[in-house]
Amino acid sequence: MEKHDFREVLQRSPFFPRADALSQVKVWSPWNGYQTARIYDTLASEYFAIRSSCSVFDMTPMGKYRITGPDAIRFLTRLVTRDISKLKPGRVTYVVWCNDEGQVLDDGTIFHLGDDGYRLCAQHNQLDWLLISALGMDVTIEEETHEVAALSVQGPTSYSVLEAAGIDGLQELKPFDIVNTFLDGFDVMVSRTGFTGDLGYELWVDPNDALALWDAIFGVKARGLYDVRPIGLEALEMVRIEAGFIVPGDDFNTAETAVRADRSRSPFELGLGWVVNFDKPYFTGKRALLEEHARPIKRRLVKLSTEGNKPPHDSFLYDGKNGQRIGTIKTAIWSPILKSNLAMAEVEYIKGKRPAEIWAQIYYQKELEWKVVWERCEISGKPFWNPPRRNATPPEPF
Amino acid sequence: MKSYDAIVIGAGHNGLANAAFLAKAGLDVLVVEKNDYIGGATVSRELHEGWQYSNCSYVCSLFRPEIYQALDLGRHGLEVVPLQGGVTFKQNGDYYGNYHQPAIRRREIARHSKRDADAAIRFDADLMKWCRLIRGFLLRTPPDPASFKIRDAMEFASLLKSFYSLSESQIYEFIRFFTMSIAEYLEEYFESDVILAHFSGGSIIGTGLGVYSPGTAYVLLHHAMGDIDGNVGSWGFARGGMGSIAKAIASALQSYGGNIRTGAEVQEIKVRGRKARGVVLKSGEEISARVVVSNLDAKRTFLGIMNPKDLPEYVIRRAENFKIRGSSGKLNIALDGMPDFPALEKGSPLTLGHMHFTDTLERLERAYDDWKDDRWSADPYVDLVIPSQYDPTLAPAGKHMVSVFVQYCPVEAEGGWTEEKREAFGATVIDQIANYSPNFKDLILHVEIRTPSEIEAETGLTGGNIFQGELTLDQLMFNRPFPGYAQYRGPVKNMYMCGSSTHPGGGVMGAPGTNAAREILRDLGKVNTTPEDFGDD
Ligand SMILES: Cc1cc2nc3c(=O)[nH]c(=O)nc-3n(C[C@H](O)[C@H](O)[C@H](O)COP(=O)(O)OP(=O)(O)OC[C@H]3O[C@@H](n4cnc5c(N)ncnc54)[C@H](O)[C@@H]3O)c2cc1C
Repeated sequence: MEKHDFREVLQRSPFFPRADALSQVKVWSPWNGYQTARIYDTLASEYFAIRSSCSVFDMTPMGKYRITGPDAIRFLTRLVTRDISKLKPGRVTYVVWCNDEGQVLDDGTIFHLGDDGYRLCAQHNQLDWLLISALGMDVTIEEETHEVAALSVQGPTSYSVLEAAGIDGLQELKPFDIVNTFLDGFDVMVSRTGFTGDLGYELWVDPNDALALWDAIFGVKARGLYDVRPIGLEALEMVRIEAGFIVPGDDFNTAETAVRADRSRSPFELGLGWVVNFDKPYFTGKRALLEEHARPIKRRLVKLSTEGNKPPHDSFLYDGKNGQRIGTIKTAIWSPILKSNLAMAEVEYIKGKRPAEIWAQIYYQKELEWKVVWERCEISGKPFWNPPRRNATPPEPF
Repeated sequence: MKSYDAIVIGAGHNGLANAAFLAKAGLDVLVVEKNDYIGGATVSRELHEGWQYSNCSYVCSLFRPEIYQALDLGRHGLEVVPLQGGVTFKQNGDYYGNYHQPAIRRREIARHSKRDADAAIRFDADLMKWCRLIRGFLLRTPPDPASFKIRDAMEFASLLKSFYSLSESQIYEFIRFFTMSIAEYLEEYFESDVILAHFSGGSIIGTGLGVYSPGTAYVLLHHAMGDIDGNVGSWGFARGGMGSIAKAIASALQSYGGNIRTGAEVQEIKVRGRKARGVVLKSGEEISARVVVSNLDAKRTFLGIMNPKDLPEYVIRRAENFKIRGSSGKLNIALDGMPDFPALEKGSPLTLGHMHFTDTLERLERAYDDWKDDRWSADPYVDLVIPSQYDPTLAPAGKHMVSVFVQYCPVEAEGGWTEEKREAFGATVIDQIANYSPNFKDLILHVEIRTPSEIEAETGLTGGNIFQGELTLDQLMFNRPFPGYAQYRGPVKNMYMCGSSTHPGGGVMGAPGTNAAREILRDLGKVNTTPEDFGDD
């Protein structure tokens, strides 16, 4: 196999030439080995592109695995905690998977591609685990991260933009549906999925067609029809917290990377009990999860909002002002659309119950002077942001 | 005649560290060293004009940062620069490049096996679990499991406690880990031959074991448990060579009023009334002290510089049976320029790290087979580094210093070493390198060839064993050097051991010397100057 160029430490996605041209500040981060934009322009403009017009995010680096063969569905059933027996061709579902101790290895999505098998998208590198799990099954598992280029097009005008770009068949596409269509003679797979909690689509193409896809989408802007903006990792981080999506590695340690014994987490502890199904055939981690389920829960990753206007970055949580320490913030943002502080936080439960009160001690600084405030927090059972337009079918034009 | 509070025999880095902490506590300390220079196996000298050779140890990772800080070694001239890169060349012209940036390293593993690239994540996390467990015990005196003393019981409890902080499955894994061969251990993660070969190298360095010998998995840990500035497992070059470590500790020692005498070989530890009283030098000179500390390995200490009549029979028998077989050789080479490695692109950062030329486990095992038959490996495992790529003090500008560690080389080549055999051993190693670097031989200005016999002659390491004794479970923790003698105290009163023959073992770590100092100060009722573990949580 061809040797690497040592100068190219980070890989470049097939969209890179366009991303680079549009990047006004050239701020990049590694993401799964790829050079990925953190910010193109300003965080605020990118955030509002997602929430008020149309944003484009290069999601090629996302880990993708193709699962085929007679035992593919048996394999996936064994792998994930959710019952996926009813997943139809052309549909997508959210899943998590665990090790034997019932500790979460990763979360992701399964795409039923019909005769082409299944695509599993994952946050972390999973090939080793997938192959271990496939022992004794007639199934083929191949990583296709680099063989599939993907763009996430999200925002209230995303439907209109894609339609104007010449992509058909989106009218009747429901959330979690997949459609295979064409654009200027090349194949495009579109799924109505995303990581923003808003109306949006993910588009999957052969890397050779990547630039043509990009140009078709940004051509809508060039033609003066709708604004379209590229967004980086930072804006995505804001909207995914608003939408209540968790990120393995940021909000919790995955079981495979956790070094200390108590650092991994079960689906119940992550608030993902709704994707654990004990009635389905055996899956990895079931026994441990059954045992855990019978006991009162010890801690939960929760969606937390705090009063005031100071996001509780890195804060400790207490059961009262100056009370007992009962948790920590994992990630926090100021939400421009909700004018509220939103966070992912881990909170200790006592006898299976959430604390009656939660307070955050928040350090913040103004002009290099540090201050501290106490703010009351509230757990949200639902995503902070879930507008009707997200699920409307047919979608609204804007 | 002057009498000292403490005499430390041997100016190896452990002897120096031991003396430094004693002097810091206000003791009047003398270090006596047989060579005309200090450092033992942590030494750098100008062996070819204009070149500094670190002719024993050559890279640093294990040295405890707590000691570095407590002795203020930065201000005494020590600087450890993390090294980058590294490569294992394949026989077919390809290689595995161990890039230091994680993204390209991952892609490089994937080039050989996509699966291995992901398995490496599991491997790293698992190794880190064992590292974490063991690192907490480096700066502690091993408890004696058979003792009923409160302190031992407490220490043993603490050992058990951290053991039980592992999950149930981790406990099983950990026990397996300590008893497995590195080949079998790695095969639970990796499938690519070159990846297996690359990651197993650290497990045979310095041992009389092969990649398929049980116990070698631990040796990997021994090489991975160090850190540079918190990066566990990473290695670095001491600026000026490894001798800078010994020099910095010596400078700290002197700043506390301690003394060092070189060219002063100890003939015998004086014992009267079952108490150590001082030392007799080869010159006949006698020096007395309240406390005598030996930095020599356990064999040399008890069978070399102690009178059998002063020792319990148990200790003599244990010392005789102490496993301390030499298995390593070393070439130190002055080069007229940077050698070419045509498999690598020009300017590749891979030459900045450890370079290896053995691409399969099978070749590693065969290299070991030769050693068992008292032959040097015909196809040797080589750990080659070129520190002069970073360090301007080692060679004239544009020229290079090459350090070549060789596994395996026997203590006695069939029928004993001769000059011709030594040259032939050197030629075997240089040929191995030249297979991958055609201009290497043309650039050679000077070579120092060291078999275990030269290493022993210089440093006193019995058999040339680099660790002052094999790192197998029967000789680790409370078994090191012998059961019942793992707490640095010797078999006669006021006599102590502080070398790598004691816990936590060999390598340029400084921990044995420091731990011994803690026990000595305790016995003398002095304030403890030794540092505590920084802790990991
Ligand atoms: C070839 C080689 C390569 C190595 N590579 C590395 C490496 O890269 N990294 C690493 O961390 N470790 C390495 N090691 C291991 C490491 O160098 C040793 O384990 C460590 O230096 C031992 O230190 P010490 O102070 O315990 O003992 P020593 O360094 O053995 O010190 C003992 C001292 O006692 C002196 N002495 C002996 N007899 C007498 C006497 N009768 N009277 C007075 N003085 C006496 C000796 O001259 C010596 O100075 C290597 C070792 C060797 C031999």
